[in-house]
Amino acid sequence: MPKPGKMYNAMKAFIVGGSVGVIGQLLIDVFTKWLDIPEKEANTYMIIVLVFFASLFTAMGFFDNFVSWARAGLIVPITGFAHAMTSASLEYKREGLITGIGSNIFKISGSVILYGVVAAYVFGIIRYLLFGG
Amino acid sequence: MTIKFNNVYVKEASTVAGPYEAKGPLGRHFDKTYDDLYMGSKTWEQAEMKILGDSVDILLNKTNLLKSDIDLFISGDLLNQLVASNYTSAYLKIPFLGVYSACASSAEGILIGASLLSNNQIKNCICSVSSHNTGAEKQFRNPTEYGTPKPKYTTFTCTGAASIMLSTDKSNIKVESATIGTTIDPGIKDVFNMGAIMAPAAADTIYKHLEDLKRKPGYYDLILTGDLGQYGKKILIDYMQTQYGFDITNNYDDCGVMLYDVENQPVFAGASGPGSSALVTYSYILNKMRKGELSRVLLVATGALMSQTTVNQKMSVPAIAHAVSLEVVE
Repeated sequence: MPKPGKMYNAMKAFIVGGSVGVIGQLLIDVFTKWLDIPEKEANTYMIIVLVFFASLFTAMGFFDNFVSWARAGLIVPITGFAHAMTSASLEYKREGLITGIGSNIFKISGSVILYGVVAAYVFGIIRYLLFGG
Repeated sequence: MTIKFNNVYVKEASTVAGPYEAKGPLGRHFDKTYDDLYMGSKTWEQAEMKILGDSVDILLNKTNLLKSDIDLFISGDLLNQLVASNYTSAYLKIPFLGVYSACASSAEGILIGASLLSNNQIKNCICSVSSHNTGAEKQFRNPTEYGTPKPKYTTFTCTGAASIMLSTDKSNIKVESATIGTTIDPGIKDVFNMGAIMAPAAADTIYKHLEDLKRKPGYYDLILTGDLGQYGKKILIDYMQTQYGFDITNNYDDCGVMLYDVENQPVFAGASGPGSSALVTYSYILNKMRKGELSRVLLVATGALMSQTTVNQKMSVPAIAHAVSLEVVE
């Protein structure tokens, strides 16, 4: 049985994921310095840009190859979330807006939302109890 | 459970394959190929129905027979509720039996059809199977455009439909015997590791077939498993040697490995799916038998019998293998 190259995969994820982070930071810098957008809003715009391109590339049909190659490098950043939702809606669009896209778009990303909200709640309580908010 | 058949012959066969199979080493042996996975249809499911219908139409054309000349259509596929076969049967309007033993459905179809033919209860029978890569991915795994990281030992569901016509009319290839396999659960939960899951079932069926008919592995020019992939193939060779003392190194191959150029195509360890065993056997292998390069072939189609629900419930995956012996007659 072939073993997965764990070190190799970790390096790929580090480099690709890191590059996505660098691109995000560059976008924030461009937005704040050149377009005079406040940093808090610039963060949101950066996320929108990354989500847009991850979804567009998924729809164009080649992003899944990038993701299966780079693995965690593209799954962990917001690109992975966008990819999961777009790929699910593409797959089920023929089954209708409600029974298809509506009920399947969160097929993969639903757990991220659910446990993200639950975790935020739990850590919020811990933070409140330890540091008083 | 081994059955010997009398007067069951292979009249003709047809194969329709998708883009990856067409680019594989056996590409030129298929009757029809598509370079797009949609095949002009709107969905993966409809594409699979289309190629299955194509394969039967081609078969009827080749044999100059009409639908009304066919007594029975047996078909299996991987889609839930067997929709590819069921909808194709609605289009064909031939008396129909749907069969499911996952990727072992090809051999299951042949052995059911051959039993009825052997008793002279029917005269002509078409046994078909189909599988569709993205149709199966969608159903068993993740959306097809989702880039799931996969281990190297996983297999790639092949896209294709293949049909074989069995008849009581004499031809130069006969269906000599068949062994109905026993379901074996080796206790593996890793659904990507199909080769290791199915190898014990294949070994068990091969052993029982040889025992029942008092044969040695060397009796066959070729023993062919359906879709173990390159690692499952090695496991089976080892398993046959250590468990049963049978050496099959020289006359054994796996359709899943033969269908693709495993080194250069993005197919991991090779093909899987009901189409795998049928695409290879009904084209390349039957051609070799007709040319006299092979005279006795044992097809051992292997199937993993899980559903997405049992996988999510963390149950291990049981597997089955059915064997069909094809022989050239003078």
